[in-house]
Amino acid sequence: MNNSLTIHHTPDPYADTRIPDPHQDTFSKTVLGFWMYLMTDCILFAALFTTYAVLHNNTFGGPSSRDLFSLSTSFIETMILLFSSVTCGFGMLSALRNQKYRVVAWFAVAFLLGASFIAMELHEFTHMVQEGNSWTKSAFLSSFFTLVGTHGLHVSVGLLWMTVVMIQVYLCGITVVTFRRIALFSMFWHFLDLVWIFIFTFVYLMGVI
Amino acid sequence: MSNDLSLKETQKEWHGTLKSYVIGFVASILLTAVSFFIVMTRALSGPILIFIIIGLALAQAIVQLLFFLHVGQEAKPRWETVVFYFMVMVLLIIAGGSLWIMYDLDDRLMSNMTMEMSHD
Amino acid sequence: MFGKLTIEAFKHEASQNVAVCMMLLSGIGIIGIIFYTKSWKWLWNDWFTSVDPKRIGVMYIITALLMFFKGFADAVMMRLQQALSVGDSHGFISAGHFQEVFSAHGTTMIFFVGMGVVFGLLNLIVPLQIGARDVAFPFLNALGFWLFASACVLSLVSLAVGKFSQAGWLAYPPLSGIEYSPDEGVDYWIWMVQIAGVGSTMSGINFLVTILKMRCPGMTLMKMPIFVWSALCAMVLVIFAFPILTATLYMLTLDRYLGMHFFSAGEGGNPMLYVNLIWAWGHPEVYILILPAFGIFSEVVPTFSEKRLFGYVSMVWALILITFLSFVVWLHHFFTMGAGPNVNAFFGVMTMLIAIPTGVKIFNWLFTKFRGRVHFTSPMLWFFAFVLNFSVGGMTGILLSSPPVDYQVHNSLFLIAHFHGMVIGGMLFGFFSGFTYWFPKITGFFLSETLNRYAFWFWFTGFLLAFMPLYMLGFMGATRRLDHYEASTGWNSIFVVVGIGAAIILCGISVQAYGLFKSIKDRKKNLDITGDPWNGRTLEWSIPSPPPIYNFAITPTVDQLDPLWAIKRGQAPQPQKDYEDIHLPKNTPMGLYIGVLSLIVGFAMTWHILWLAIVCFIAIITCLIIRLSGEDEHDVITAAQVKEMEAASIRRREVV
Repeated sequence: MNNSLTIHHTPDPYADTRIPDPHQDTFSKTVLGFWMYLMTDCILFAALFTTYAVLHNNTFGGPSSRDLFSLSTSFIETMILLFSSVTCGFGMLSALRNQKYRVVAWFAVAFLLGASFIAMELHEFTHMVQEGNSWTKSAFLSSFFTLVGTHGLHVSVGLLWMTVVMIQVYLCGITVVTFRRIALFSMFWHFLDLVWIFIFTFVYLMGVI
Repeated sequence: MSNDLSLKETQKEWHGTLKSYVIGFVASILLTAVSFFIVMTRALSGPILIFIIIGLALAQAIVQLLFFLHVGQEAKPRWETVVFYFMVMVLLIIAGGSLWIMYDLDDRLMSNMTMEMSHD
Repeated sequence: MFGKLTIEAFKHEASQNVAVCMMLLSGIGIIGIIFYTKSWKWLWNDWFTSVDPKRIGVMYIITALLMFFKGFADAVMMRLQQALSVGDSHGFISAGHFQEVFSAHGTTMIFFVGMGVVFGLLNLIVPLQIGARDVAFPFLNALGFWLFASACVLSLVSLAVGKFSQAGWLAYPPLSGIEYSPDEGVDYWIWMVQIAGVGSTMSGINFLVTILKMRCPGMTLMKMPIFVWSALCAMVLVIFAFPILTATLYMLTLDRYLGMHFFSAGEGGNPMLYVNLIWAWGHPEVYILILPAFGIFSEVVPTFSEKRLFGYVSMVWALILITFLSFVVWLHHFFTMGAGPNVNAFFGVMTMLIAIPTGVKIFNWLFTKFRGRVHFTSPMLWFFAFVLNFSVGGMTGILLSSPPVDYQVHNSLFLIAHFHGMVIGGMLFGFFSGFTYWFPKITGFFLSETLNRYAFWFWFTGFLLAFMPLYMLGFMGATRRLDHYEASTGWNSIFVVVGIGAAIILCGISVQAYGLFKSIKDRKKNLDITGDPWNGRTLEWSIPSPPPIYNFAITPTVDQLDPLWAIKRGQAPQPQKDYEDIHLPKNTPMGLYIGVLSLIVGFAMTWHILWLAIVCFIAIITCLIIRLSGEDEHDVITAAQVKEMEAASIRRREVV
């Protein structure tokens, strides 16, 4: 009879009996999970960028990016978003020092800057639509409005989230829970600035060349 | 969890410093300004211009990844970094592959003929 | 007020009316049983508001099995139609309705059955196999389930109210654009797939973090069971592929609702862009379905061969290689759609390469059995059927991976036979194997092994009869998705044969359903007392059946593969002996609420009832803000309570 359970085994003296991952706390897990969500968002934007790359010359006889884009507008928008990202970073530093009012103050500045960004972008869009260059006119315009507009939607959701976080910090102060939420929000906000780098480069700069 | 981390321990896990935000900020402004400047003043043209502004964009992206998002600075095992590299790989495959496929299809369209026909 | 919804939406042709009535009667029947047994409170407290993955896993599987009945009914209708529609007869379904049926069949089987059983098993087994008490994000996990369930319900609603999509399970434009499909069908499809897709992405993130961060002490990555490795690879695929689906469906939605021109035939649109993007998601998707099935066999085969898995390291590398390769082959789904020889050749070669790691896995399973002591239990029988059917299907896949060959048989019944060999022979048989293997662990009692075997033989013969002839038909030129084939082809007798095959599968399903009910009825006589009926090797068999809510009273420590065999041989590290307080997340109805609201949003958007969609969307945002503004709350099971629960379970075992 074959005793197949007799597998020759020597206990491994170097067996790793430590916890495989020393950071199993809620903060570490949530940061990793949220980072993964940001990675999925990168792929989503990649699909939209690829679409823009394929369709940006399909103007169907209508205006092209050279006719429509203003570098000065996009430069100002870029600067606004950059300042907003940094003030959010300063808010994070205040959170590290448990300075709840400073957190709210820095975030308020970041909020105003973010809201100005959205206002400028909405103005740019309405102007284009009023001139007759809406997203229904050509594949180029569809992909432009969608790529830039989706980024703008993300920023708008971020503004809403920022408001909720500010209220929580104001009411509850810096706790384990609110610190975690501030950290996640700031990751999101910086991520949006990262995506914008590629928008101003591939859409606006290359669109005007 | 009762054995979850306290606020102080949690804050130790975060890697932002004033220095990192200021460096990141200044570098990003410089890279952005150079990019816009080159295009606005038409200092360069053609493929070299394209390469340079893409290079500047990638540089700024790396700056923001390091100084704002602190990629690579998390505790070991650095899962965030691993996941990031994997995402970049997938992104290049999907975007690059899609562009190759779509340009190949476009190539095989007889689009020149329709242009000529519209001149009648 | 009601958007585009009118009374016309409720009028259908005869066969569909029958289906709707049957669905409504089943629904009323189920609700009636719940009222009769007065189980609403129990359902609410123990199931609908639960964030316990053991509960969520069961709900996933029940939902997936219910959706399987619908998808299979679609299949039977197609087989019946093609068998009857010969000569002057045109069958019993109209052409348009036939198109709705095959579109619904594919959509249901892939999104609702396939993804449902995958996430169901992951919920049930992954935490147990890694020695964890919970998943990383219990609420996100629950929310992922409720979005999945909401999409399933939306698909059932689409049967009763209005028409479904006629554009196939992937809805290629321009057919799926607003110009050529102006009615609600494609919109239904978009919303149900989009909602399910968001749920899948959430669950993907949850399980990936769980596997990376919540393994018990000593369980390094190379000491994880292969099922967990396959789950890890599948979740990597989910995270990086599903956003492509989300983006592509988003663009199709914008085309249809806001008059954009991504994929339209005019105004500069590019329909091939859709095909390209959707398959960039679609190929990883089929690997998401099959990798867990591979993982299941890596558990079942060693256990029932009484031998450790052959070539653990090569199995891991094979999984990783398959994961990577599945991102570089997607064009093989549209070789015939205009790409040049260089592009086709590249993707053809990449596709052929995937056969290599897959072959490694199959050989490793077979080598595991060599000189092992093989038990021919029903999980093992499913494995044998898998080896035959999946290998045949895989080899036809290699045939298809050559572009010149694909040009001959693309979109013919040859293709149908190939991919059904993969999903049925691979994924579904894998699920059946895992289901019968782990059933006693999850429920605490056994399925009738005799009935399992009858079901198996019906399925195996039925599958061969229903799908092998399709290879022949495909070679002879039979195009897919046709509701009528000319009598002059002489193929009608073959369609009758495959129809009989479907009928035999129906017998198999009936035996499975009967077996389930009978086993539940006889459960008290067939209890799994020991918790380890198969001499298992992995940690889930070290706890009682069904597991206590906290899974492990004391978190295990491992130092090698097959940790339970190590424990049995006295070679395991000694765990700490003291019970501790256990914190578990509180139940919440938020997942269910958001699921229901999503269902209404999907329905309202389909019918352009804008006010309703906006109101419910705002409600969803409100729910999320409320949920994400609360404190981290937990229920506590004190150490004394744990001690008592463990003692009680030992007493139960000793009584017998």
